[in-house]
Amino acid sequence: MNIPFSGQIINMCAALLLLIAFAMLSQRRILSLINLFALQGLILAASTSVVAYSSHQTHLYYSAALTLVLKAMILPWILHRLIRKLNIKWDVETMFNIPTTMLAGLGLVVFAFNLAAPVSQMAGTITRSTLGIAMASVLLSFLMMITRSKAVPQVVGFLAMENGLFFAATSATYGMPMVVELGIALDVLVAMFILGIFFFQIRTAFDSLDLHHMEKLKED
Amino acid sequence: MFASFGVLPMDVILGVVVFWLVLGMAGLVLQNSRLIARIIFPLGALGSLALAGAALAGLDETSTAILPLGLPDLPFHLRMDALSAFFLLLLGSASIGISVFSAGYFRDMPKASLGPLCLEYHLFLASMALVFLADDAYLFMVAWESMALSSYFLVTTDHDQPEVRRAGFLYLLIAHVGAISILMCFGVMQGGHGDYTFGAMRHAHLTTSWASAVFFLALFGFGAKAGILPLHAWLPEAHPAAPSPVSAMMSGIMLKTAIYGILRITFDLLGMQLWWWGVAALALGLLTALFGVIFAAVQVDMKRLLAYSSIENIGFILTGVGLTIIFHDSHKDALAALALTASLYHALNHAFMKGLLFLGTGSILHATGERHLGKFGGLIRQMPKLALLMLVGALALAGLPPLNGFVSEWLLLQAFLLSPGLPQPYINMLVPIAAAALVLAAALAGYVMVKFYGVIFLGQPRDSSLAKVHDAGLWERAGMLCMVIGCIALGVFPTFVILHLDHVTEMLVHHSLSVSAAKTGWLLLTPIQAERASYGPLVLLLIIAGGGLLIALAVKKLVHGRLRRGPAWDCGFPAQTARMQDTAEGFGQPIRQIFEWYMGVVRQVPTPFDKHPHFHSETHDLLWNIFYAPVKRLNDAIGKQLGKLQHGRIHIYLLYSFLTLLALLAFVR
Repeated sequence: MNIPFSGQIINMCAALLLLIAFAMLSQRRILSLINLFALQGLILAASTSVVAYSSHQTHLYYSAALTLVLKAMILPWILHRLIRKLNIKWDVETMFNIPTTMLAGLGLVVFAFNLAAPVSQMAGTITRSTLGIAMASVLLSFLMMITRSKAVPQVVGFLAMENGLFFAATSATYGMPMVVELGIALDVLVAMFILGIFFFQIRTAFDSLDLHHMEKLKED
Repeated sequence: MFASFGVLPMDVILGVVVFWLVLGMAGLVLQNSRLIARIIFPLGALGSLALAGAALAGLDETSTAILPLGLPDLPFHLRMDALSAFFLLLLGSASIGISVFSAGYFRDMPKASLGPLCLEYHLFLASMALVFLADDAYLFMVAWESMALSSYFLVTTDHDQPEVRRAGFLYLLIAHVGAISILMCFGVMQGGHGDYTFGAMRHAHLTTSWASAVFFLALFGFGAKAGILPLHAWLPEAHPAAPSPVSAMMSGIMLKTAIYGILRITFDLLGMQLWWWGVAALALGLLTALFGVIFAAVQVDMKRLLAYSSIENIGFILTGVGLTIIFHDSHKDALAALALTASLYHALNHAFMKGLLFLGTGSILHATGERHLGKFGGLIRQMPKLALLMLVGALALAGLPPLNGFVSEWLLLQAFLLSPGLPQPYINMLVPIAAAALVLAAALAGYVMVKFYGVIFLGQPRDSSLAKVHDAGLWERAGMLCMVIGCIALGVFPTFVILHLDHVTEMLVHHSLSVSAAKTGWLLLTPIQAERASYGPLVLLLIIAGGGLLIALAVKKLVHGRLRRGPAWDCGFPAQTARMQDTAEGFGQPIRQIFEWYMGVVRQVPTPFDKHPHFHSETHDLLWNIFYAPVKRLNDAIGKQLGKLQHGRIHIYLLYSFLTLLALLAFVR
């Protein structure tokens, strides 16, 4: 099989993304989680620029720059500030049994590859083989949101899911139109701000960011 | 009349609709509630008068219009033909009195609730007019729903009381179930062309089974509005809850929009009628009439009593419609025209007599603040003018000549009596039973009216507070007088009314009654042949008036001066009070005894050793348990099961969306 050099780099990036998704799924420390998220943004930006270089899609350069600035710098920075202010930097989270979560994640990856197989056969892009990984990282991030009990890791899961979606878009169709991408970037930023405000509200209401307390809000 | 000025009746009617809407808005803006009552409502009555005049002028012509309103590329189609014009006439003429009455009734209401009420009231009138004018399903549904919503807000005027809110919700719920059915009915009728104008529906060709589906969907949908069994449950709740002029309007006019809908769809839009539809409508109508009148006989709340009586009258009208369908399918057009005339006539009559009685209960409620029949008695002394006006309404509703209720019931019975000769032998055998049931209902209606009038106005006051009660105000009496004039005119000049109804029967069943009805001159009403039956109301009126006068003179001459007053025999129990009179419960007792298996009676009888004996008896509607309670239980059970989905744990919610996502992904693969 003869894959061009750029293709090999993209495949490596994809593998790294999948690895990071699993790492995030099993990470207990909130600070490490944010660092992993920043790393994910960095790899995403790198792989997007390689795709832009190899397919001569200039608008992908802008996407890559946007990803780099927003997801590898601004969002992690906001998150860092948040956890410092909330004083939960060193929090260790109790969570669902990690090996079981990993096993479920493996199942999801198999499902995602199975799902992506017919689509990537139709796609004519250089990155088509990575579509399965993109889907898998979306699903893994979702799984992470489900298994976490505190608010900040859930938001990180949400942002990581958006990363996965972005990667899926680049690998299937060389990215979305610029307007859509800008819109999504803005959405993510705004969501981050709103959720940051919510963190403080939740903490003043329940004295903790543990979401189990919100079960009291249920109407009987 | 209007044509000579170059104005079409349709234009006048649209003008009145706009005028009503403007009046409603003005009610919101005006600051003084006395001003709203004294100016806006009488102006609304003038609008009603203009509407009635235009509708009368438009009975013999058909005009159409397209309003560039509504959605883009989907304008409102309007059409006024004889059927629309007749029901517009009903709306206009009956609402004159109601609006005039409202001018007096609402004068003391606080501005905060009168402003919105004024808006809803005129919106209600305008949307009813648009229901009658609509010539496409779109405008029809828009007008129908705004009619339902505005009347819902009118019903819940006193929304601070929980039972009023409950009644309003029940009404809204049943109205919407009905509206869904009507919508489906239109969906079937457009026949897959996607053209929802009535013009296209007239030309759509439906198979027999689809046409039957249309008819029964329409019967269900409009039955929910009319209160046909078993969709009547909202009527006895909503009417007592609403202010009296609103009850009058809903019972007198709004219920007739349902009759209009059934007639429009069955005879105009559907190209065919099948005799067994008629049998179904006939049976349902009879059941409704009997149910309504029997329950009316045992009620102790005066407005509930009238509400059940409305159910009975709707049953009457539906019976006539069913008979029309049977005759029309058997090509007995003269008889079909007779039955249809009777139904339409009864619809018009009922608007006046029930409107009058509901308005009267409003005056009583105003004066006494009481709805329970057990608190009244002897009001004829405190409210003599009201008592006279109400007497006309009660007599008319009891179906006594020479008032209007008699004419339509008599015509309907004539239609029944002339029915032998139908091709279906079984129906031939069943029709006499149906006629007997109808007569039973009519007779019981008389019983109900004796109870209604007797307990309220006759005898001794059962409550000491009744002594200070004042009579109805001038505006209120003026409004009721309009209704009384309607009752008498419709009763005394039936041939003129039938002459105008001809345009409708000509349009729907292609035959008219006046050829035979007025054959012997306008004095005598002869439905088919003079040899078989005829009725001369004016002559009867003169005889009754003359006879009454003679008897009065004779009594004065022969008896007066020889009168001896003594104490009544007191059965050896000397302490008699007014509370020992026959009560509403007592008067209805025989009926309750006879039909006890038919209704749920809960009785609490004291034992002989009770220190404080207390008797209590309540009559429930068994149909509620049969039709509504299971639906409610099912709904509650489903709600409880669905409630289990709600855990309050955000992870579970996320899991729901995750599983949904996975399932959808697996599905699209």
